[in-house]
Order: sequence, then C-alpha cells, then structure tokens
Amino acid sequence: MEIIIDAEKCTGCTICSKRCPFAIIKMENRLAVIGQGCTFCGVCVEACPFSAITIYKDQEKHVDLSAYKGIMVFGEVRDKKFANVALELISKAREIADQIKTHVITVILGEKINHLAKEALSYGSDKVILIDDPVVKDFRTDAYARVMVDIIRDQKPEIALIGATSIGRDLAARIAIQLHTGLTADCTGLDMDMERRILLQTRPAFGGNLMATIETPYHRPQMATVRPKVMKIGKRDESRKGEILNLKPGITEEKVRTKIREIIKQEQGEVNLEEAEIICTGGRGIHKPENFSLIRELAGLLGGAVGASRATVDAGWIDASHQVGQTGKTVAPKLYIACGVSGAIQHLAGMQTSDIIVAINKDADAPIFNVATYGIVGDLFDVVPALIKEIKKVKGLE
Amino acid sequence: MDIIVCIKQVPDTTNIRIDPVTNTLVRDGVPSIINPFDVNAIEEALRIKEKHGGKVTVITMGPPQAETALRDCLAMGADDVILVSDRKFAGADTWATSYTLSQAIKKIGKFDIILAGKQAIDGDTAQVGPGIAEWLDLPQVTYIRKLETDGQKAIVERMMDDGYESIEVRLPALFTVLKGINEPRMLSLKGKMMAKKREITVWSADDIEAEEHKCGLKGSPTKVVRTFTPTPRGRGEIFQGEIIDQVKELVKRLQEMKIV
Repeated sequence: MEIIIDAEKCTGCTICSKRCPFAIIKMENRLAVIGQGCTFCGVCVEACPFSAITIYKDQEKHVDLSAYKGIMVFGEVRDKKFANVALELISKAREIADQIKTHVITVILGEKINHLAKEALSYGSDKVILIDDPVVKDFRTDAYARVMVDIIRDQKPEIALIGATSIGRDLAARIAIQLHTGLTADCTGLDMDMERRILLQTRPAFGGNLMATIETPYHRPQMATVRPKVMKIGKRDESRKGEILNLKPGITEEKVRTKIREIIKQEQGEVNLEEAEIICTGGRGIHKPENFSLIRELAGLLGGAVGASRATVDAGWIDASHQVGQTGKTVAPKLYIACGVSGAIQHLAGMQTSDIIVAINKDADAPIFNVATYGIVGDLFDVVPALIKEIKKVKGLE
Repeated sequence: MDIIVCIKQVPDTTNIRIDPVTNTLVRDGVPSIINPFDVNAIEEALRIKEKHGGKVTVITMGPPQAETALRDCLAMGADDVILVSDRKFAGADTWATSYTLSQAIKKIGKFDIILAGKQAIDGDTAQVGPGIAEWLDLPQVTYIRKLETDGQKAIVERMMDDGYESIEVRLPALFTVLKGINEPRMLSLKGKMMAKKREITVWSADDIEAEEHKCGLKGSPTKVVRTFTPTPRGRGEIFQGEIIDQVKELVKRLQEMKIV
C-alpha cells in the first residue's frame, strides 16, 4: 500500500492534517507530508477538497528494479557528428554513474558513424552500441523507436537520457509507452536521491513560471528528455577505453511507414537556435522586414544565430523557424541580445534561462528590462549600428 | 475523410501571476482556453474536411468544466465533440492520458487522420500525441507546418532543429501541428449560439473500457514530488549616459566575459 500527495494539487490548507485520526500528517512548506504510522484508513483522502491524496496498492511488481543497471544515453547524430546535447548527456551520465557506481552506455544510430564510438568513450561512456545501417540513416520514428526499445529491453538500463530536441522528444514519447515506464519532458535539472537510488527530474512548466520535480519510482528505465545547453560538456579524455558493440537493427525498410522525400537544411548558424551560443533577436521595434539585415549583421559579427519575436513572424517579416518564445523555440544561449523586443511573457518563457540577456529598447518600461542582465534604453537604430561599430573595433576589423 | 482532433483545456498562461507573499502560482480567476496549438489542429481538420468532405470529431480528457472548450470547437465548425471525463482519470501523467485518449479513439472507431497541437502550454511535454500514436500503432509525424492529402496518403513538412523535411506517410496517421500551419478562423456569433444548444457527449472510464490500473494517478509511472516557483532573474544593470558610452560599456563587459 502507498499513500501519495499530489504536490501540484495540494494547497497546504491543513484540512487533512486536522482530520487524520492518528495525527501523523504534518505540513512542510505548505505541503502535506504523511508521517510514520499511516494505516491507510482513507480519512484524509475523503477530507481533501482538492483530491490531492490517493491511496493505492503497490504497483504489481512486474518490474524487478534491481535487474536494471547503468545509464543509457541516446547519442543524437546530425550530419555524421554528435549533436552537442549528446555530449552534454554523456557527460552528465558519467557524473551520475560515478555517484551511484554504475556504467554509461551510449547508443548511436546512423550510417557511417563508427568514428563516433571513440568520441563517446572519450567523454565518459563505458560501452558504445552502434547501429550502422541505411534504415537508420535519417531519423524516422518507426525505425528509431523499434531499435531503441530492443536495445533497452536487452541492456536494461536504470536510467535513459535523450536530448529534448525535435527528434528526441518525438522518439522518447513512443519508447516510454512501449516500455511502460515514466518519461519526464524537457528536464533542466537531474539529481540523484542517493538513498533510494532514484533520479529526481526537474523541469519547467507553465511557460517557465513553475518548476516541478518528478520521479519514476516503480518503473524502469527512468526516462527523461533533457533540454539542450543545460548540462555542461565534460573533459575529453582520449585515453579512455571501453567496449564497442555493433548491432543490426531489428527492423527492415518495408516496416517503416514514413518516407522522407526531401531534407532541407537551413543555412548553418542562421537558424539552429537551440544550439547557438549567441542569439540576436529582432522584435516589433525593427519596423520593417528589410531591417532584419541589421540584426543579421550583428549576429554574423558575433558568430550567432538570428531570432525573432512572434510579432515579426506573424507580420511575415521572417520565417517562423526563427521564432523564440512559447509558440516558437526555447533557447538558452550564453548571450541573448533582444533588439526592439518588448518582452511579452510568452517571449520571456522562451529565453529567460539564457546566461546573459542584453535588452535594447527605447521604452524604458518594456518588460524585457526585468530579465535583462544589461539594458540600453535607446532607439535600436542608433544603438545597434553603434554596437556593430564598437565590436568591429575591438575585434580589429576596423 | 474522418478526422479526430485531440485538444486540452489549459489555463491561459499569459494571465498567470505569482503570489509575491507565498511565491506560488495564482490560478484563481485565470481564464481557461483551448490550448493555442490545438486551435491550429482544429483549423487544419476543418480545412481538410472542407476540401475532401467527411467529419471532424474533437475529443478531450478533462474535468466536467472542459465542456466549455468543446463548445468553442463546435462553434468553430466541429461536427462532434466528446468529453472523456471520470474521477478515475484525475492526476494522469502523459502515459495514462495517452492510454485513456487512445481508448476513446478506439470507441469512435473510424478515422483517417488524428491531429493535435505540438504541445500544451501548461505541461509543455509534447508527449501525449506520440503516446496516442503508439497505443494505436499508427505512424506519426510531429511538428508539422504543412499538410496535403489525397485521402490515401499525406505529404507533410516537418520542422527539424536545423531545417525541415518533406515526409510522405500512408493514412491513417497522427500528426502534431505547429502554430504556423494556418491562421485559425474567428468564432461566429451564429456558431456560438448553435454550440450553446448542443448536448455534449461524456464518456466515462467504463464507456471506453479503460482498465482502471492504467488510468489517472494510479496508472501514471511518474509522480510529481515537488513544485516550486523559480527564483526570478531580477532586473540587471541599465546603463546611463550617451548611447555611444553605453555601447562601449556593454562591449567592455562582454569582453570581460570573453564573449566578444
């Protein structure tokens, strides 16, 4: 038997605490906590006005938790190279593995990707599983999900980490259903509860207005997709050794129900916002589509990508793939320069975890200044050209 | 063509405030809306129907109040709406939610396309759409910004992190849509009046033959153990003086941090 308080619903009203016949419910940080000696009488379940308390029998223990060992990382590949998030996750997995004394397995799918095995080892993997086959050359849900499910069933990792990218989030959701396990989306924090050997997965919800810590207590593996650029890439050690395993995919081309007709890569640096270290964004304040050239020039000079606010995309000034915010992309670069962006809450939700935010806006009351590390109140058509000139100067380009 | 659209009623996150004293989310008085991405999914379904004929059915899992969201779907032009609602569904994570919705879709029976928004703006998981596809063993394409179909197959454009792909898939299939796929129509007064009078079908756990141990909090492999509000960033430094001096100061800081 188990009794669980749904932290999302509990308001800390104390009704359960008062009604508990054994007086074992305490309040901690405005949240009910069931103490020792619960008899599962169910009085609190009935008393709770918010249906926040549930008693249930232990899940049928069809999963022997101790049979699961190791941390698996999905090593996402783009153009025969690791996506940065793959290296971030290998590094994080290594850190957790050292804590709980276990091993790291990295799985790499693609065609002609054998060279990535050594790189995966050098960042901390103990074992690399390679699926080098035309059927997994490009990401397709059917093929990737089949292969990953087979490998997880065989290797039985206790934790499986996947990048929260447009590929990873598509893939992970299907794997979790097939394996009947928990999956936490878009995590920004991963910690171990050492005593219970359980992964505490922290993620933003409500557009970043609320953080939730989630765990998967009775199912394995504990799965999470992890937001790119949150975990740090560790040190590379070329001397690290490990096992490299080549496997055949358990699916043939005929079984893949989607066919890729064409792949259109947008100009590198121009659009790949999620991986960009620096992003320069234009907002409504740029007035005309042509003026994006100013933002492009600044981004180009800094080696960054071009972002856009929703208003500029809706006006048709720039392609939607540039949009940052709740209905666009969530980014967290080292430097985010917002030019003529007012900073609506939906925009902030997509960029407020950036390391440094620079706001340039002529309205001193614009909400963007509330999250800005540095702010310049002024017309962007004065500020940005001056900024470009100054950066050129310090770079010795002028 | 028969199209099923899965929607979620969500709090309008634009109106969410943080209580400055308790530092918790204030949800009282926050209006509920149809998840914005799901509105695009409904619009896309209506457009397919207008071109090819057929029927648009909208389903949602939620408390009885979710009925208002379904009435808005009727007002937009949906033919049928179904509310999947039962106390047993409360506290469901994405695993249990996708199971429950897939059971409801099995009861509906016939369909060519299932559409949903790319993610809900409250949970932001983007997991329920693919989850439903897995339960129903359907092909899926997520994050699409264009859909064309001849009734047998669909050709869609899928956004990738570094560009996009054109993908062909045989129907039936499930798609999750981006905002940019279309511009949703406005609700007409006539539509609203009509929707008001409609009886809303409600299906319980028994109606959809859902196994209780796969529903709600009980059927959810994940547990929320803590929620908290993130520490606000706080207002940083606003430079003063002539623009050129402010710019110089900024570049100096960026140089110090080795960004420039």
